[in-house]
Amino acid sequence: MTEPVLSVRNLKVEFPTRRGRLTAIDDISFDLMPGEVLGVVGESGAGKSITGTAIIGLIEPPGRIAGGEILLKGRRIDNLPPDAMRKIRGKRIGMVFQDPLTSLNPLYRIGDQLIETVQTHTDLSAAAARNRALALLTEVGIPAPASRIDNYPHQFSGGMRQRVVLALALAAEPELVIADEPTTALDVSVQAQIIALIKRLCRQHGAAVMLITHDMGVIAETADRVAVMYAGRIVEIGPVRDVVKQPHHPYTKGLMGSIPTIATESDRLLQIPGSMPRLTAIPKGCAFHPRCPARFAPCDQVRPELAGRDRSQVACWLYHDVPAPAELQP
Amino acid sequence: MTETLVGTAAAAGPARPLVQVENLGRVFDVSPPWLNRVIERLPQRLLRAVAGVNFTIDRCETFALVGESGSGKSTVAKMVVGLIPPTTGQVIIDGVSMTNPAHDGQRRALRRRIQMVFQDPYASLNPRWRAFDIIAEPIRAFSLADSRQEIAARVGELLTLVGLDPADGAKYPHEFSGGQRQRIAIARALASEPEFIVCDEPTSALDVSVQAQILNLMRDLQDRLGLTYLFISHNLAVVRHMANRIGVMYLGRLVEVAPSRDLFRAPRHPYTRMLLDAVPDLEMTGRQRKAVEGEIPNPIDPPAGCAFHPRCPFANDRCRAERPEPVAAGAGEVACHAVAEGRI
Ligand SMILES: Nc1ncnc2c1ncn2[C@@H]1O[C@H](COP(=O)(O)OP(=O)(O)OP(=O)(O)O)[C@@H](O)[C@H]1O
Ligand SMILES: Nc1ncnc2c1ncn2[C@@H]1O[C@H](COP(=O)(O)OP(=O)(O)OP(=O)(O)O)[C@@H](O)[C@H]1O
Ligand code: SF4
Ligand SMILES: [Mg+2]
Ligand SMILES: [Mg+2]
Repeated sequence: MTEPVLSVRNLKVEFPTRRGRLTAIDDISFDLMPGEVLGVVGESGAGKSITGTAIIGLIEPPGRIAGGEILLKGRRIDNLPPDAMRKIRGKRIGMVFQDPLTSLNPLYRIGDQLIETVQTHTDLSAAAARNRALALLTEVGIPAPASRIDNYPHQFSGGMRQRVVLALALAAEPELVIADEPTTALDVSVQAQIIALIKRLCRQHGAAVMLITHDMGVIAETADRVAVMYAGRIVEIGPVRDVVKQPHHPYTKGLMGSIPTIATESDRLLQIPGSMPRLTAIPKGCAFHPRCPARFAPCDQVRPELAGRDRSQVACWLYHDVPAPAELQP
Repeated sequence: MTETLVGTAAAAGPARPLVQVENLGRVFDVSPPWLNRVIERLPQRLLRAVAGVNFTIDRCETFALVGESGSGKSTVAKMVVGLIPPTTGQVIIDGVSMTNPAHDGQRRALRRRIQMVFQDPYASLNPRWRAFDIIAEPIRAFSLADSRQEIAARVGELLTLVGLDPADGAKYPHEFSGGQRQRIAIARALASEPEFIVCDEPTSALDVSVQAQILNLMRDLQDRLGLTYLFISHNLAVVRHMANRIGVMYLGRLVEVAPSRDLFRAPRHPYTRMLLDAVPDLEMTGRQRKAVEGEIPNPIDPPAGCAFHPRCPFANDRCRAERPEPVAAGAGEVACHAVAEGRI
């Protein structure tokens, strides 16, 4: 049995706020195998980015990991001292932040930032690092990189900046890549190129990728498995075909139903009524029940746990043994 | 939203388009610093981000711009709202030039009526302000509400409209997720009750269910208040859903403009065809999406003739030498020799 690149066990992340404690991530677990791409989708604010930030140890205080553990190739990394974690970041785990400006310093040229990253993690000479930087820019599809490498971030378009950030994350050929919305601002053709690049990385280096995106097209094409998040929990996880083509959880079904397609023209897009609860006021039972068209007796009483059905797992009472009526309050 | 805008939009009656973009162009200097240039004898580098762009947008219409990353969409958007000056050409909104100094006074009055949602929601929100104040700022600046309670009610209403909670107003931008920040930017743009909104990738950070909610909201507001949109998105399905007409950009130029329906039913320009073929396949039928072929050209040194010729399956000698001008095709315009000559 091969060892997972990444194991997340019962992870819990909390933020103390003026209005009491906010649980942004509530008990999530998953594994990532070598060469595997796990797509992560879900409602805006569900905790996708925070999950990624927790893995690389960059939760901003006063936020904190309040429980569970994170293992990289079998070794715990959630309790490492900041120094040790800094060595892992960039070198063994590459991160593409949702906000490209987190990773790019506006005052330094694109090239200098890339060269610095390459030199931090390898022992290449300055000239060789510059060539590696040019090669990385070519790989992420920046045209004529030699004439753009000395530009500043503001001289690049939104999508070009996003690709530079990806180049930065891949610079050290990490074992694990966490890519948070790496293709949001990209047109379909560049998107295809980035997807091919991510897949090649997995194939050639056995890297594992956690791909956070709301773009189901990208998920369908790139991911092996998909995790669907809602209000800080994974509500469904399974092979991409099953989740995209035959979703089980009512939230996943709603999500798939709201995707506009180029094949059809309609006046209104389907939307899931209501909005996600505030994380400080998560309803009892299933967090989705106030918006769920299929809710029944146990849903507003007892929280459904993620449990197996073949290769997929769903957290929904429709698919589990319903607790005895005695356990439910009338 | 107050209902007064309906009156203004209708009363302004004449058939003149709300937005006229004429021969718009923008060149950026991306040379290395002057000293390096002199020492290393490097040439000056000019980047033609936008060139010869013409289009109009009617009242209550949604005009979309699509095209490859780096093709100049955001640059056009910023020139339309007057954030950066054009190198050539001009933008006229409701008869007022966005550049002519003689129109300075009228332009100030126009400011409230135009809003922009930026591609990068992080950069456009002041990190030291609470969401409440970010959204309330235009309401205060343009005196759109009299009392504190009225402002609070209005901000609460806007937050609810974009699927957030009025209590979220107390939070700072860093306490929100990416998509939540994007929704705050949208709420702020709506706060000044504008007539014309330029939206640069307004839903790119949103999951599909919240995206559906925001797009439905934008269309409802358009129907109710007669809003006009310039809408930029890389997502063709979203564009199809929102736009009446679509302009396709390639390397700074418009290569095709057509009513949305026509563009999706019968794309004419070879680049538009390629773009539609590259849309990912959600049905997972196993159809391999066609990769858009060839190198993305360099805007500093664009190819001669038709800028698309190195990637075009229909290119001939004329394409390599002579730049095609836009010509009428169906209800739109196309800049392509092959189309003009009837070869495709
Ligand atoms: N510093 C913080 N303080 C308090 N709450 C926070 C903080 N950062 C994030 N949150 C909250 O945690 C929740 C999860 O945020 P996260 O950024 O992980 O969402 P997401 O799933 O990535 O959403 P999106 O798709 O919109 O990017 C959000 O509801 C957000 O409001
Ligand atoms: N301030 C600037 N200085 C120099 N070059 C710039 C500047 N702003 C934009 N550019 C260049 O102009 C070209 C067009 O950029 P623009 O941002 O308009 O593209 P876009 O179509 O919006 O792309 P994307 O889809 O990636 O956002 C790009 O090559 C970009 O690098
Ligand atoms: S003008 Fe020629 S090269 Fe350009 S798109 Fe048309 S056929 Fe292709
Ligand atoms: Mg996020
Ligand atoms: Mg842009």
